[in-house]
Amino acid sequence: MDSDRITELDFSGNFSGLTMSRREFLKGVGAGIIILFLGGEAIAQRGGHQLPSDFNAFLRIAEDGKVTCFTGKIEMGQGIITSLAQMLADELDVSLESVSMVMGDTDLCPWDAGTFGSMSTRFFGPPLRAAGAKARAVLLELAAEQLKRPVDKLVADNGVVFDGSDKSVRVTYGELAKGKQIIRHVVNHPATDAAIKKPSQLKVMGKPVTRRDAMEKVTGKAKYAGDVQPEGMLYAKILRAPAHGATLKTVDTSGAEKIKGVQVVKDGDFIAVLHKYPDVAEAALEQIRADFNVPTSTLNENNIFDHLLKVASPGENVSRTGDVEKAMARATKVIDTTYLNSYVAHAPMEPHTAVAMIEGKKTTVWASTQSPFGAKDEVVRFLGCAPEDVRVIPPFVGGGFGGKTRNLQVIDAVRLAKLTGKPVQVAWTRSEEFFDDSFRPAAIVKIKSGLTDSGEIAFWDYHVYYAGTRGAEHFYDIPDSATVSHGSGWGGGPGTHPFATGAWRAPGNNTNTFARESQIDMMAVKAGVDPVEFRMKHLKEDKMRGVLSAAAKQFGWTAKPPAGRGYGVALGIDAGTYVAAMAEVEVNKKTGAVQVKRVVCAQDMGLCINPEGAKIQMEGCITMGLGYTLAEEIHFKGGDILDRNFDTYHLPRFSWLPKIETIIIDNPNFAPQGGGEPAIITMGAVVANAVYSATGARLLQLPMTPERVLEAMKKR
Amino acid sequence: MEKVVQFTLNGKPVKLNVDGDRMLLWVLRTDLGLTGTKYGCGEGICGACTVLVDNEAVRSCSISVSDVQGKHVTTIEGLEKNGKLHPLQKAFMEHDALQCGYCTPGMILTAYSLLRENPKPTYDQIAKGMEHNLCRCGAHKRIIEAIQAAAKEMAGGAKNG
Repeated sequence: MDSDRITELDFSGNFSGLTMSRREFLKGVGAGIIILFLGGEAIAQRGGHQLPSDFNAFLRIAEDGKVTCFTGKIEMGQGIITSLAQMLADELDVSLESVSMVMGDTDLCPWDAGTFGSMSTRFFGPPLRAAGAKARAVLLELAAEQLKRPVDKLVADNGVVFDGSDKSVRVTYGELAKGKQIIRHVVNHPATDAAIKKPSQLKVMGKPVTRRDAMEKVTGKAKYAGDVQPEGMLYAKILRAPAHGATLKTVDTSGAEKIKGVQVVKDGDFIAVLHKYPDVAEAALEQIRADFNVPTSTLNENNIFDHLLKVASPGENVSRTGDVEKAMARATKVIDTTYLNSYVAHAPMEPHTAVAMIEGKKTTVWASTQSPFGAKDEVVRFLGCAPEDVRVIPPFVGGGFGGKTRNLQVIDAVRLAKLTGKPVQVAWTRSEEFFDDSFRPAAIVKIKSGLTDSGEIAFWDYHVYYAGTRGAEHFYDIPDSATVSHGSGWGGGPGTHPFATGAWRAPGNNTNTFARESQIDMMAVKAGVDPVEFRMKHLKEDKMRGVLSAAAKQFGWTAKPPAGRGYGVALGIDAGTYVAAMAEVEVNKKTGAVQVKRVVCAQDMGLCINPEGAKIQMEGCITMGLGYTLAEEIHFKGGDILDRNFDTYHLPRFSWLPKIETIIIDNPNFAPQGGGEPAIITMGAVVANAVYSATGARLLQLPMTPERVLEAMKKR
Repeated sequence: MEKVVQFTLNGKPVKLNVDGDRMLLWVLRTDLGLTGTKYGCGEGICGACTVLVDNEAVRSCSISVSDVQGKHVTTIEGLEKNGKLHPLQKAFMEHDALQCGYCTPGMILTAYSLLRENPKPTYDQIAKGMEHNLCRCGAHKRIIEAIQAAAKEMAGGAKNG
């Protein structure tokens, strides 16, 4: 085995990423001070990948003093291009402006599993900070040598090291890096390898900062995959089946072939038309006549839940405390409820797009993807080529939410680039985006719970089907409880879902939190206790009590709702972050329409790197969460997806916007936790509980469409 | 059918030999290389492709290139004047009124048109005016705040384009 290679190929599972030799790699990196580090072991384990043996990201202080961080993570709106740079600026004592991020380019950056699960800050952040601290230590050592002063007399500030007692004795980072190539590793546990700064020493982290990519995005200069247009590129449109599982019977492409400049490609059942203009290709596609064998599927959005329960596996214990069976006998009041969640689309504003270009041996792909290295692996497998012959570059990504971890469009583009010998762009239409999405799975939660005579929760028996385990466990003080997960998580196995399903912003937790917090609310009502008081009574953890108190204070929970309105509360934990939400809603009793008037959300995410960025993510979660709560639902029939655009699939709009107030609990002594997803998990329950408060009607299915609200009101 | 279409694009005259029935969106993005205008839905529902035609917000995915014959078309690339950002662009930056940024050009140009018609809109008027522009990241709150701030700045004497 060549010990000079940065990573060993692991053929047992997937191909691995960066495979050039260490020597080649270092040549490419250039001069300066280079710190290699391992960002987030927990991430790497998930992919079944073997890590590069000693690092998966690095930073460089160049001869001009500029700092660059190379990471396989990507920016899709969540703001890490800013928050990761902030961490480095602080640890290195440089200005934020002098830090650049190179993200996701598989030729420039070491392997990374992908950007999802609110993991960038939690798992990548600490080693990144340690790498910054290490670089600073190296710079101080070099400065001590050059300035002939002991390290403890030196001060680093704004990219300059100087003598604390004589500022004229100074040297810049750039001068220290000049003509050298110094390479250091941050190894093992980062905390023991290089001392990161204490919360009180931080100058950049913890302070609000404006997004670093904003200028490009407001001027139209920001490049997304579809904006990449190599010389001679053709736009491709692909013949799609009318239903999932359908296969091509016959096809007549003569109509398309008649259109000037159109190239038709037939590769087995794969039919595509290409043209230098996407709209002409689209028009040509419409001229193709095709017959398909369409399998009969009787499933639709109404009967799917019976089907899912029928095919569900017996279930696996997630957690179990005490003896639920015995406790059931002791309970005086029992509530048995079934909660339902429909399929939901990711619907990023930028549809899946890829541009593929093959030059000699080298294939380059620009793709809107959350997993550039996953896309690279797929291309390598598809072409059967060497890993170093494939480069995937993710430009700015126009939203992902979990949906851009699949890379179907990448393979289509590469396939067509190979068949035509020209650069090819595959950009999904909105209709294709809906049809081939990996939807958030339809899911069922069944909860049986009971109260003792004195109004305490006696037992909790929780069964979740197809939403997985994230957020399934309760955090209340219940001596006898069971949490069981049925089905195989978000993906589902064969014969489960009639189309692809996958992770959707805070996967599973939206479903689980909706069910748990609705049930807790029903128990509070049954116990005759205020829902906040009831929760407090059953909460032990300080963090959760803290966010609940903070939200209640800001919201003014103890006041009575205005006439015709209702108040709701919901709690949850996601990606290590604790969330409490409160909402005020108004329900139109004639139409059943729900208007959310106000949402207060308090969050404890440990040390908050960029409070402004974190607030933006919370606001985004609350606004986006209104969609799955009130309207978003995929309708389907016979294997076809009936919602193909935003005319029938409704995203939250400006008129839905409640007054949003966010609170971040300052908790700098705890490690930073996830921020991109947590606040979305409470939206279903907080609104459902507020609807109950306003109308006395209990909504057990998401989304809470006006029809479902009216129906629930009839059942009161 | 190919024909000659002439119009003013971001202040400069353009003359194209083009099939006049092609949608403006694709002509801008391909023939003219202006990729700031985005495809989102193709049916005029989402607003990502919004441009200004004679200073009014128009969905470029649903208007043919021959329909802008002789008119003034402004895309997001043309909003900057002499290297100076438009107050709306500045306000979007200052208020963090964007996340993934894909809907941003359409949001800014729709807001431009809105403020031209009503320089001092109320909160509700802004929400109503922006209602048919979609944002998936949920930046709505800050988009409204940015438009309010820009309106204020523009009323204070800053020139509107």
